[in-house]
Amino acid sequence: MRVRTAETYKTEEERVSITEDLKPTPVAISGVRGGPDVHTLRKDRWWLVPTLTVLGLTAFVAYSAWAALVNKDYYSAPYISPFYSPCIASNCTYQQLPIIGTWWKISPAILVLVFPLGFRLTCYYYRKAYYRSFWWAPPACAVADARPRYTGETRFPLIWQNIHRWFFYFGVIFVVFLAIDAVRAYDFPNGWGMGLGSLILTVNVILLGLYTFSCHACRHLCGGQMDQFSKHPVRYKLWSGVSRINERHQLFAWMSLFFVAFTDLYVRLVASGTIHDPRFF
Amino acid sequence: MADVKMHLWRGDAGGGEFREYRLPAQEGEVVLDVVHRIQATQANDLAVRWNCKAGKCGSCSAEINGKPRLMCMTRMDTFTEGETITVAPMRTFPIIRDLVTDVSFNFEMAKRVPPFKPRPREADGTHRMAQRDVDRPQEFHKCIECFLCQDVCHVIRDHEENKKHYAGPRMFVRYASLEMNPLDTDDRRELLKNEMGIGFCNITKCCTEVCPEHIKITDNAIIPLKERVVDRSYDPAAWIGRKILRRG
Repeated sequence: MRVRTAETYKTEEERVSITEDLKPTPVAISGVRGGPDVHTLRKDRWWLVPTLTVLGLTAFVAYSAWAALVNKDYYSAPYISPFYSPCIASNCTYQQLPIIGTWWKISPAILVLVFPLGFRLTCYYYRKAYYRSFWWAPPACAVADARPRYTGETRFPLIWQNIHRWFFYFGVIFVVFLAIDAVRAYDFPNGWGMGLGSLILTVNVILLGLYTFSCHACRHLCGGQMDQFSKHPVRYKLWSGVSRINERHQLFAWMSLFFVAFTDLYVRLVASGTIHDPRFF
Repeated sequence: MADVKMHLWRGDAGGGEFREYRLPAQEGEVVLDVVHRIQATQANDLAVRWNCKAGKCGSCSAEINGKPRLMCMTRMDTFTEGETITVAPMRTFPIIRDLVTDVSFNFEMAKRVPPFKPRPREADGTHRMAQRDVDRPQEFHKCIECFLCQDVCHVIRDHEENKKHYAGPRMFVRYASLEMNPLDTDDRRELLKNEMGIGFCNITKCCTEVCPEHIKITDNAIIPLKERVVDRSYDPAAWIGRKILRRG
């Protein structure tokens, strides 16, 4: 990163604040604090939400790891599991985009799942969820951190949380592929129609789309970085729209998480012959 | 109505303890009313900071049953009858006495915020702003500086050593109001990253949860600032874009 100094700027007008402008001010620390030295004074069930979060995320990770590694029953025409889409290996049951050669012998899901996994792992909502529930930093508001030292997202590896927007870009590509899958879910071997699976794949892509486009990085890129909306009316409209769904980002995060697992399960049950996919027409 | 049973923290830098006070309940009271009645009838030397009793001055911040709240905005009828209510001083700041803490940390940090730097006036000598441009920073102007967000922020609440290099949610709200101001020409992203410690925030949203003015501190101030810091320091595409467009 280029280090700016006072001489970097030709005129006072184009000059911006730089580190050397700061005149260190004394900050009183180590004063004696009031109140008892206890973990928390809260009397409510503050532990409930972190516990439910651990259970929910652990269940999803366990199921998705199994589903991604099992490498079978992920396609039943015209349905493909979202865990295996886009299927980019030559060993896919359903040839979608075979850009990886036959040398790839294990589950093709592993090739693509790293992107949605990275998107959710660096998501601002999920960061709150797992920092609270798994790391206990903090487990709940006004409940003490579990660890004596804390450096936040200033150092490796957590400084990599800043690449969230790159996972967002990949997230958009995945939504496009899943939208194509949802359209193809109406294209049966004997012609166009609609089964329960068609509806499930459609709802799945809608929820994943709402989650992806309500993302904070998307909100910033659409217009949040602007200071003068009046000069950029289109971006202002985009930002306003994203801001509206951004308020429900947490809800979409959970709904899309569980529904994508449910969609995989449905396709898996149909593909393995456990259940029959009802056709509406 | 049953009696009110309240445990108030009594003490100073030399030490302290919770002391129990009982008094008859009265209808329509808030916690601050009860504390004032205790002060008037049972503990004349009780130190408590307050001013407007209307949730607008930000003076009566405390921890009620362990949750950072304004005493004047916490209704007594939100507690179950007979419940013991504990009132402690804000945990993050050094105690002065009883429920009063020294919040000068926040004022020292405020000195580190570079001031508003407006663009030149227009030809007719005015500054014009569209309403849609000022809607966003106006949310931040609702801040009453109760410092509950600073109190609940675990970065400094649980890690005293971070006070040297972490400004806290209140100051990020101030930074956001300046950075998003349509007239302001300064760029404070370097300071945010290197001197104000925005990277220490891990988005756990407690500041938003306790804000009595319901400012969406995390979603509307801190995360947008983090994204602006990413633009400047962590995104090579944004860097190339700036070079091509010759901005920044």
